[in-house]
Amino acid sequence: MNIINIEHIAKIYKVGFEEVHALRDVSLKIDKNEYVAIMGPSGSGKSTLMNILGCLDTPTSGKYEFKGVSVSDMSDNELAKIRNKEIGFVFQTFNLLARSDAVHNVELPLIYAGVPTAERRERAIQALIDVGLKDRLHHKPNELSGGQRQRVAIARALVTNPSIILADEPTGNLDSKTGEEIMVLFHEIHEKGNTIILVTHEEYIAEHAARIVRLKDGLIESDERVERRYIPKTKNTLVT
Amino acid sequence: MRVLLFELKEGLMIALRAIASNKIRAMLTMLGIFIGVTVVVTMSTAIKGIDNSFQQGISSLGSDVLYIDKWAWFSNVEWWKMRNRKNITMEEFEKFKNLAKLPVAVAPVINSVQTVKYQERRVENVFINGSNADYVKTTNFTFAEGRFYSEIESNSSRQVAVIGSEIAKKLFPNLSALDKTIKIGGENFRVVGVLAEQGSFILGPWNPDNQVYVPIGTIFKNFASNRWRSITINVRAAGPAMVEETKAEAEGVMRKVRGLSYDQENDFSINQQEGLQENYNSVVGVIQIAGLFITGLSLFVGAIGIMNIMFVSVKERTKEIGLRKAIGAKRRTILAQFLLESSVICLVGGFAGLIAAVILSMLINQFIPTSIQIGSVVLGISISLITGIISGLAPAYTAAKMDPVEALRYE
Repeated sequence: MNIINIEHIAKIYKVGFEEVHALRDVSLKIDKNEYVAIMGPSGSGKSTLMNILGCLDTPTSGKYEFKGVSVSDMSDNELAKIRNKEIGFVFQTFNLLARSDAVHNVELPLIYAGVPTAERRERAIQALIDVGLKDRLHHKPNELSGGQRQRVAIARALVTNPSIILADEPTGNLDSKTGEEIMVLFHEIHEKGNTIILVTHEEYIAEHAARIVRLKDGLIESDERVERRYIPKTKNTLVT
Repeated sequence: MRVLLFELKEGLMIALRAIASNKIRAMLTMLGIFIGVTVVVTMSTAIKGIDNSFQQGISSLGSDVLYIDKWAWFSNVEWWKMRNRKNITMEEFEKFKNLAKLPVAVAPVINSVQTVKYQERRVENVFINGSNADYVKTTNFTFAEGRFYSEIESNSSRQVAVIGSEIAKKLFPNLSALDKTIKIGGENFRVVGVLAEQGSFILGPWNPDNQVYVPIGTIFKNFASNRWRSITINVRAAGPAMVEETKAEAEGVMRKVRGLSYDQENDFSINQQEGLQENYNSVVGVIQIAGLFITGLSLFVGAIGIMNIMFVSVKERTKEIGLRKAIGAKRRTILAQFLLESSVICLVGGFAGLIAAVILSMLINQFIPTSIQIGSVVLGISISLITGIISGLAPAYTAAKMDPVEALRYE
């Protein structure tokens, strides 16, 4: 079954009197447990596409079905609910609450899901253990390294067991070694049966995906299955 | 309902975290509400205290008593005209008493200011009230000890005295005053009665508690200068319903006693505590309006301060709001978060203000008897809550309607 099915989506922004066609006509189907990279130069519309896929924004025209349900004309509150239950976001800048420790950051989406305190604490701690931060539960973001911060963000994305993980340039603020480690973590997450959509402009990051969608000027330029880059079979060394 | 409670609790936790992470700012913001609530509550407590004392004091005067006097208490008659009036004399009093049929009691009164002593203890500037045995019937006096002086004692100008509770407290701190001999202006008087506490501080020397009551003849006998002073005739009507009729009769009788012809105006005044009440109401009304204005202003400034801080806080946390929305916070959740934050700030400030007001009232209590009313507490709390909600509303709404995409992009 398709998790995501978009047909002929367009998005037009008005900037002053000018209309900007961020997306012209995009159709895309993504299945369960796919690992898709969306690529494109800046201005290609990949951010807009990601916002629409992540239900942060609605298209000007076209159809968007998420697990068979149309989200094109949902209300703000319904979109918030979908984002909360079905989508896990990972951002380039991590977007952690600076004054809260790792556990509180990870349990945040569970608060909005209405999960009782004890249960969400337990789930948040488990999610942090899963990304290898067992010893960093009560550290605040400024006490963590960049890679560790992104792991907290990934734990936060995973904690609600979402249908898709949406990662927007997740390695953009990390050095290449740490970036690789994060990509290994994404690989493992994919192995466990999760669906991942990765937005990036870097080829060597996109190579981790099994399918690459290239955007240009608001249109899909190519959409192809690719040979995945070699991933060491050994478990993520950071996860101990 | 349970969902709402859950959201309220979580919103409160988030708000508390936000306040805790900016303690100094929160505290400075609270100051506005703190001062506002302190002033409002202290003010209303003090006014209530003054009011209580006044009502108590005025009721000790009796609402159905008329005071026929050379001077009007409140009037626009020029003072020199009143000064030129004839003095009211004891003879006029006797004639008046015989002619007036409606009053239940009529008493002549003259006051003399003297020092009162008992052994080493003394009280200066005491109003010595000289009257007759009927005087007590024109008052609502109650006695702690003894009795009022009798008709025989007053007719024969016996050297006996009834003393007010404050005087008794000062002269006889821990023994009974009854049958003791005190010195009034150097003359010996025997105490036959002590009043229970009657009036209130607000009447000052006119407070019955601060006076001494003696037969009127003893005043003329011992303090001769008073023989040429005008007396007041206290007239008690047979209940509040009879006041007007009694007043009309008193005016007629007094004119007759004075031998005034129909074209002459009254050369005396008939006073009532009603005039006192009206005068008091207008003064207190002004105080209340001024107080309301000042406190309202300070609360208004406080509210603007909070609104300002909340706007800054929303702007500052734009990215956080974007994130919260991205991971599933609904509009109303964000709205509640910021409303709760401003409400908590205001409530904490308000509570602190209440505590300060209680302490202040205790201090004021040294001068004016005050008591914190439940109403003032409720007033203080509701004022701070309402201020919190009103000043938080606009910033919270700004936060709630933010577009998550824009907010996440904000640097």
